[in-house]
Amino acid sequence: MEQTQPQSVHVHAPPEGFLWKYVFSLDHKVIGKQYYGLALIAVFTGMILSWLMRFHLVWPNAKIVGLDLISKSGAPGGVITPEYYLSLLTMHGTLMVFFVLTNAPFAGFGNYFLPIQIGAEDMAFPRFNMMSFWTTAAAFLVLVLAFFIPDGPPISGWTAYAPLSAVGSDAGPGLGWGQNLWAISIGLFCIGQLLGSLNFIATTLDLRTKGMTLMRMPICTWAWFITSCIGLLAFAVLLPACLLLILDRMAGTSFFIPSGLVISDRLQNHAGGSPLLWQHLFWFFGHPEVYIAILPAMGIVSHVLVTSMRKPLLSAKVIIYSMISIGFLSYMVWGHHMFVSGMNPFSSLLFSFPTLTITIPATILTLIWLGSLYGANIRITAASLFALGFVSMFVSGGVTGFFLAQPSIDIYLHATYFVVGHFHMVMGVAAIFGILSGTYFWFPKMTGRMMNETLGQLHFWFTFIGTYCIFMPFHYLGLVGNVRRYASFIDDFMPALMPVHRFVTIAALITGAAQFIFLYNLIHSRFFGKPATDNPWDGTSLEWSIPSPPPWNNFGGKHPVVYHDAHQYGVKGEKGDFIMQDSPETAAG
Amino acid sequence: MAATTVVTSPISQIADATRVSGHVEASRSGIWVGIFAIIMSFAALTSALLVRQGSGEWSHIVIPSILYANTLILLLSSVTMEMSRRALAKSAGVTAWIGITLLLGLSFVAGQYLAWRHLAAQGLYLATNPNSSFLYVFTGMHALHLLGGIAVLVYLLGRVIGGYTSLRPHLLDNTAVYWHFMGGLWLYLLFVISTRL
Ligand code: HEM
Ligand SMILES: [Cu+2]
Repeated sequence: MEQTQPQSVHVHAPPEGFLWKYVFSLDHKVIGKQYYGLALIAVFTGMILSWLMRFHLVWPNAKIVGLDLISKSGAPGGVITPEYYLSLLTMHGTLMVFFVLTNAPFAGFGNYFLPIQIGAEDMAFPRFNMMSFWTTAAAFLVLVLAFFIPDGPPISGWTAYAPLSAVGSDAGPGLGWGQNLWAISIGLFCIGQLLGSLNFIATTLDLRTKGMTLMRMPICTWAWFITSCIGLLAFAVLLPACLLLILDRMAGTSFFIPSGLVISDRLQNHAGGSPLLWQHLFWFFGHPEVYIAILPAMGIVSHVLVTSMRKPLLSAKVIIYSMISIGFLSYMVWGHHMFVSGMNPFSSLLFSFPTLTITIPATILTLIWLGSLYGANIRITAASLFALGFVSMFVSGGVTGFFLAQPSIDIYLHATYFVVGHFHMVMGVAAIFGILSGTYFWFPKMTGRMMNETLGQLHFWFTFIGTYCIFMPFHYLGLVGNVRRYASFIDDFMPALMPVHRFVTIAALITGAAQFIFLYNLIHSRFFGKPATDNPWDGTSLEWSIPSPPPWNNFGGKHPVVYHDAHQYGVKGEKGDFIMQDSPETAAG
Repeated sequence: MAATTVVTSPISQIADATRVSGHVEASRSGIWVGIFAIIMSFAALTSALLVRQGSGEWSHIVIPSILYANTLILLLSSVTMEMSRRALAKSAGVTAWIGITLLLGLSFVAGQYLAWRHLAAQGLYLATNPNSSFLYVFTGMHALHLLGGIAVLVYLLGRVIGGYTSLRPHLLDNTAVYWHFMGGLWLYLLFVISTRL
C-alpha cells in the first residue's frame, strides 16, 4: 500500500507543465509567492491612488494628464471631482486593507514559510490552498473592474457604511454597479480567506514534524496560527454581512435601510432596516481585521530581531501569550469605532474598558522588544532596520490609541485626521514595515539570490523619515479639527492648514517615489542578485536548513527532527553562535 | 540515525506512518474548524435578526408546515449516515446506505424548495418583509451548505462503486460529522425560525 513509498505519501505529485507549476500550482511556496505578487500589484495601485488624492487636496484645480481616459465623468479634463475623490479613497482603503495588509504578511509569507517552519511538506489541503488564492485573485479583478465601468468605483469608503452603501445609485456616483462589485469582491475575498485560515489551522495542529512541539514553533509561526484563528471568525462574519448588503442592494430587502429615507428627492422603497446593524457586523470583523494585519508583522519582526540580535528575546513565551490575548480581546472591542454612531452611551463605556485592556498586552510586546534590544549588538541590515522601524511606528501610532479609546475624547477626535494618523502609523505603515522586513529577510530563501543591501538601507531611510513626515502632521491636523473624507479644505478655518497639507503631499510624493527603489531592487536581484547560501543570516529555524530556493517537496522527502526551540542564539554551536532547531547538539556551557 | 536497509527502513516507515496519520488528523481538524466557521456565520445572522427585530417593521409569519416533515427526513438521513459507517466497517452494504442517505438529503432540499413555493404562493417573497427575508436567508444558506455535503456524498458513492478499498474510512467519518452538524444546525434554525419569525 501507499505507506511504503515516501513519494506517494506526499500530498501531491511533483508539478509538471507551466500551467500546473506556476498558475494552478498546489505548492504552498508558489501560492505564497502568488499572494505576494498580488499584494505587490495592489500596493502600487493603492499608492498611486493616494498620490492622486494628496495631489488633489493641495492643487484641487490642477489637471492630471490622462486621468480623464480612465474616468470621463470622474475627472473631466483631468480634474478630479469631489465624488471621484471619494471613489479613489474607497479603492485605496479597500486595496490596502484587504489586498495588501491581509495578503502579504499573512497569506503570502504564511503560506510560504509556515509549512517549512514546522517541518511539513505542504499545507494540509493543497487544493483548498490553490482555490483560496484564485478566489482572492478573482476578488481583486472584480474590485478593480469598478474603475472601468461608467459609474466608477463606490464612494462609501472601505467601511461601506449603510445606508449610503445600501441604497443604490440615487445616492451618488459609484453606488450602482460600483458598490455591487465592491460587495461581491469582498464576499469572494472572505471565502478565499476562510479557506486559507482553515488550511493554516489544520496544518499547524496536525502536520508538525517530530519534536516540533507547539512551544518550539518560531514566533512567526505562532503569529500566523493566531491570525488564522482570528481570520476564521472575522471573515465568517463579514461574509454574511456582505450577503445581506447584496440582498438590500439587488433584491430589495431592508436589512440596513431605514423607513422613510428620501434620497435625491426620491422616497426609498425600503422599511425598518438598521444602519447600525451594518456597523456592528462590519466592525465585529473590522477590529479583528486590524490585528490580522499586524500580528503576522509582529511575528516576522520578532523573528528578524532575534536573528539580528544574536541573543534570545527576553521571553518568547510572554510574546506568544500576549499575542494570544490580543487575538482574544480583539473580539470585544469593535464598538470603539462606534462611539458617535448613536449607540447607547453605556455601550461606549463597556467597549472602552476592553479597548484600554488591549493596550496591556500591546505594551508588554513593545517592552519585550525594547528590553531585548537593550545592550544587544544588533547586525544592521535592511531587514533589521525595517524591524526596528516597525517597533518605532507601532509605538508612535499605538499611543494615540489610548486617547481614542476614551469616548469623551473620541467624540472630538472621531472623523478627523487624528484617526487617520493613528491607523496609518499603527496599522498601515507598521504592517508594511513588517512586510518589507520579511521581504529583505526571506528573499534569499525564496529566490536563491541576495537583495542589494545598500539600496535596501537607502530605501529604509527614505521610507522611515518619509512616513513620519506624512503621518505625524495628521495628528496635529486632527487636533485642530481637520475633518477626514473631505475632497478639499476650503471652508471655515481649514484653508489656514493648507501649508501643512502641502508639506504632507510633497513628503508623500517623495516617499512614494522611493518605493520604486525597492521595486527595482526586488526585480533586479531576482535575476542578477548575488547567489545566496542556504543560511545567509545564521538563522536557527527550519527554513534555513534546506536549500535556497527549497525543492518542491521542501525537505527532499526526508523528515526533519526538531530538538530545540528557535531561539538558540548567543551559544557555542558547531556552526557559530547558534544552534539550528534540527541539530541534536546541546548548547555548550 | 540508525543504519537501515533500503527496502524496509523502520525509521522512515514510522515517520511515514505519522505523516499519513497527520493528514488523517488534519482532515478531521479541518472539518471541525470549518464547522466552527459556519457556526460563527449563523451566529452573525442570528444577531442580525435580533438587531433587525428591534429596529422596526417587524411582522409575523406562519411557517410552512412542510418544514417539519423536512426535519424528519434530515434526521432520518443522519441515521442512515451512521448505518453507512457501520456498513463500511463490515464491508457490506455501503453503496446502499450511502445511496439512501444521498436520496434523503436530496429530498430534504426538494422539500425546502416546496416550502419556498408555498411561501411564494402566499405572496411572501424575499423582500416582502424582514421576516420573510430572514426565512429565505436562513433556509437558503442552510440548503447551500447541505448541497456541499451532498456533493461529497456523490463523490463518495462514486468511490464505493469503484471498489471498497479506495474509500478510506476517515473520509466517510468526516462527511458524517459534517452531515450530523447540518442536522443540528437545521434544528437550531428551525427553533429560531419558529420562535422569532
Ligand atoms: C494600542 C491599542 C489601540 C487602541 C486603544 C486603539 C483604539 C482605537 C480607537 C478607539 C479607534 C476609533 C477611533 C475613531 O474612529 O474615532 C481606532 C481606530 C482605528 N484603529 Fe486603533 N487602536 C489601537 C491599536 C490599533 C492597531 C494595532 C491597529 C492596526 C494594526 C489599529 C487600527 C485602527 C484602524 C484601522 C482604525 C480606524 C478605522 C477607520 O475608521 O477607518 N489600531 N483605534
Ligand atoms: Cu478597532
